[in-house]
Amino acid sequence: MSNKYKPDELIDTINYKIPYKQWMEVPVELKKGNYNNAAVPKSIEYLGEPNPRVWQPRDEDWKLPENWKEIILEGLRERLEKFRSLKIFMDICVRCGACADKCHFFLGSGDPKNMPVLRAELLRSVYRKDFTTAGKILGKFAGARELTFDVLKEWFYYFYQCTQCRRCSVFCPYGIDTAEITFLTRELMNLIGVNIDWVMTPVANSYRTGNHLGIQPHGVKDSLEMAVADIEEITGIEIDLPVNRKGVDILFVVPSADYFASPHYFTLLGYMMLFHEIGLSYTFSTYASEGGNFGSFVSHSLMKRLNNKIYAEAKRLGVKWIIGGECGHMWRVLHQYMDTMNGPADFLQVPVSPITGTVFENAKSTKMVHISEFTADLIKHNKIKLDKSRNDHWHATFHDSCNPARGMGLLEEPRYILRNVMNKFTEMPDNTIREQTFCCGSGAGLGTEENLEARMRGGLPRGNATRYVVENYGVNILLCMCAIDKATLPAVMEYWIPGGCEVGGVHEMVGNALVMTGEKERVTDLRLEPLLGKEEI
Amino acid sequence: MGVIISLIAVIILFFIGYIGSGIPVVFGIILPYLAILIFLVGIVIRIIRWAKSPVPFNITTTTGQQKSLDFIRQNKLDNPHSTLGVLGRMALEILFFRSLFRNTKAELKEGPKLAYGSNKWLWLFGLIFHWSFLIIVLRHFRFFTDPVPVFVPFLQGIDEFFQIGVPIIYITNVLIIAGITFLFFRRIFDSKVRYISLPSDYFPLLLIAGIAISGIWMRYIDKVNLKAIKQLALGIFSFNPVSISVLTDIEPLFYAHFFLVCTLLIYFPMSKLIHMPGIFMSPTRNLPNNNRMKRHINPWNPDVEVHTYEEYEDEFRSVMKAAGIPLEKEEKDVK
Repeated sequence: MSNKYKPDELIDTINYKIPYKQWMEVPVELKKGNYNNAAVPKSIEYLGEPNPRVWQPRDEDWKLPENWKEIILEGLRERLEKFRSLKIFMDICVRCGACADKCHFFLGSGDPKNMPVLRAELLRSVYRKDFTTAGKILGKFAGARELTFDVLKEWFYYFYQCTQCRRCSVFCPYGIDTAEITFLTRELMNLIGVNIDWVMTPVANSYRTGNHLGIQPHGVKDSLEMAVADIEEITGIEIDLPVNRKGVDILFVVPSADYFASPHYFTLLGYMMLFHEIGLSYTFSTYASEGGNFGSFVSHSLMKRLNNKIYAEAKRLGVKWIIGGECGHMWRVLHQYMDTMNGPADFLQVPVSPITGTVFENAKSTKMVHISEFTADLIKHNKIKLDKSRNDHWHATFHDSCNPARGMGLLEEPRYILRNVMNKFTEMPDNTIREQTFCCGSGAGLGTEENLEARMRGGLPRGNATRYVVENYGVNILLCMCAIDKATLPAVMEYWIPGGCEVGGVHEMVGNALVMTGEKERVTDLRLEPLLGKEEI
Repeated sequence: MGVIISLIAVIILFFIGYIGSGIPVVFGIILPYLAILIFLVGIVIRIIRWAKSPVPFNITTTTGQQKSLDFIRQNKLDNPHSTLGVLGRMALEILFFRSLFRNTKAELKEGPKLAYGSNKWLWLFGLIFHWSFLIIVLRHFRFFTDPVPVFVPFLQGIDEFFQIGVPIIYITNVLIIAGITFLFFRRIFDSKVRYISLPSDYFPLLLIAGIAISGIWMRYIDKVNLKAIKQLALGIFSFNPVSISVLTDIEPLFYAHFFLVCTLLIYFPMSKLIHMPGIFMSPTRNLPNNNRMKRHINPWNPDVEVHTYEEYEDEFRSVMKAAGIPLEKEEKDVK
């Protein structure tokens, strides 16, 4: 575990008053616990990406290609021509500073280079030097600087302390999106093999096995069979398990952590119970066994290569349309990129709920529906029977995941579901939810042990907002719809909230409340914890 | 340091203009034409450069509820799915600074407790500054046009609402100074903003301050020959420049003011001031969130190498078979 601070000590290191210095004169210092390990060559080789080698960020020699500067500047030129977003975002920032204290990493560290504006200036300064007349002539006075090894180190350190959460973009008067700048700068660094292992190895695994942990097909099926057994233990009902099945209506794609990680797994149980109860004709796929797209953390082409499997598998299996599970970055890719990259999905049909007949007009081109849209519609039409009291041992709050919130606007669907499946639900303060939600601090490939200090710093705003409802309202579970949230928020809760707070998924609560035809009397929830009033004496 | 350099630069520019009144043909006619030309051509070039790069993905930043199910109310302005909605969103952004209106200030208090207070000062003074500037520019049409368009006396009428002494004080003159003062001191005293500020952030602010102060000075303190100035301006815009005798009839203070304006026009297209046309083209704001309804086309959508199902099955066929997962091809059919 790479975090030398106790919570109180960490708080003492934070100061939002920035000492007066010229930021370009402050050299970067790679602080242990705040950066990630470099990618292993095997993964890079498997993907055919540039410059596989053994190296670490703390090494003096990063073993870069001799012409690395040219590669980066040429890459930047190419991307300026391909992305209007990049050109505009490089040109129009006025440094008003509205974004400065909106970033969870700045709020948790006080490091001025974690202000979104300055993160972008790290690239912008190089852009000015090589691509603008003013920068070429006036140099530092126009905010321009040469690309050097120290600048590259600074890029590596700070662009891997951004989770592409886009909170700053909500407050920017010009809509400048740091996620876009981070995405493209990481892409530039990838051109010379400067990337991190918790991005590149999951990409390689996803590419080969279909999921980021490299679980082979039989492993995926094993996990799902375990889920079937657990559901039988809890409900007494043996459900069908469709895997790679042809001729069904719907392909169901989830983030692969749902198969076995905790607490993701309980959400998986929820989905499967729901689909069984409504008699949905669907299938899991071992080939498209990962909705999460680690490619979207580093390169547009890797993102496309991984995302390709979803439509390809839908086509092979001959389904009508696709449902996607609870995941954050996954849904940004599905909503804003998939159709453009790998569409048109003209071999699929406009999604229609076979249970309610609702036509999902909002997904008529992409043909992929979010599970919470699907379930909210079922509840609205009274198609499932719910017993809210089975969640009475929980008092929940809801953490909007960054990407569904700011990349889709999926805000009310999960809340509608939660209000219908549980009695006790309290929102966190307004400035910390919905489009202003705070990141878990570990998104976009940063959910590792070696950067734990940075993660706890980035998790401070979310941890603190949750602590508020835990202490004032008795909230005991933070619900969310994102695999990275579920993997990393437990540590944030434990660190920032004395006594902690559980983390769970929306469909876990659905599974608890769902009254299934022919089920035995439930005495436990999906976690095998006794229900209120059902505790053994 | 950026402040001092910028301040010195503006003072020097002021005196260049002041002394420039000695060669009025250059400072009253040639330079203004050059400035207007650079301003217009510069902006057009910028916009064309931006427009030449495509928008490969629809990356709207959604700041409200999406359009999905009938019974869930969409936030049509903060998360529009139609062109009309986007026009509404852009209008709110451009005319009323919608995003800045959300601004908060984070404070870390004992506890620890992170609190986010509403902080609308930047929004308020930003709005005051930009709107005053716009109205002042429009008011100046009374110098460039004959007959004067009707909106000019109308604006003047509103602007003169507060009469304090003679001549009537325009409220925008007071407001623009208030706006600049706030923006300037915020840059110096907010440690975060000071840290990120470049000389090129102080310079345009001080340049505009110089223009405003010299303009106000001429109106209220050192009156200038308005009749001659109007002839000069009309001459420029009718491509029929006035004679030397009119030019020499205008006071040096005007030339200083005029030169600062020309500097602003020339500086505009090559600086951050280009945010004015830029906001219209910002892809996170000017696109509808209709991603799943309508396919967005990427003109350079590349072909990429993919890992096909066939390759996958070839690699994992035996374990899939053992696990009872359906196959496309059985082992015996492969060879």
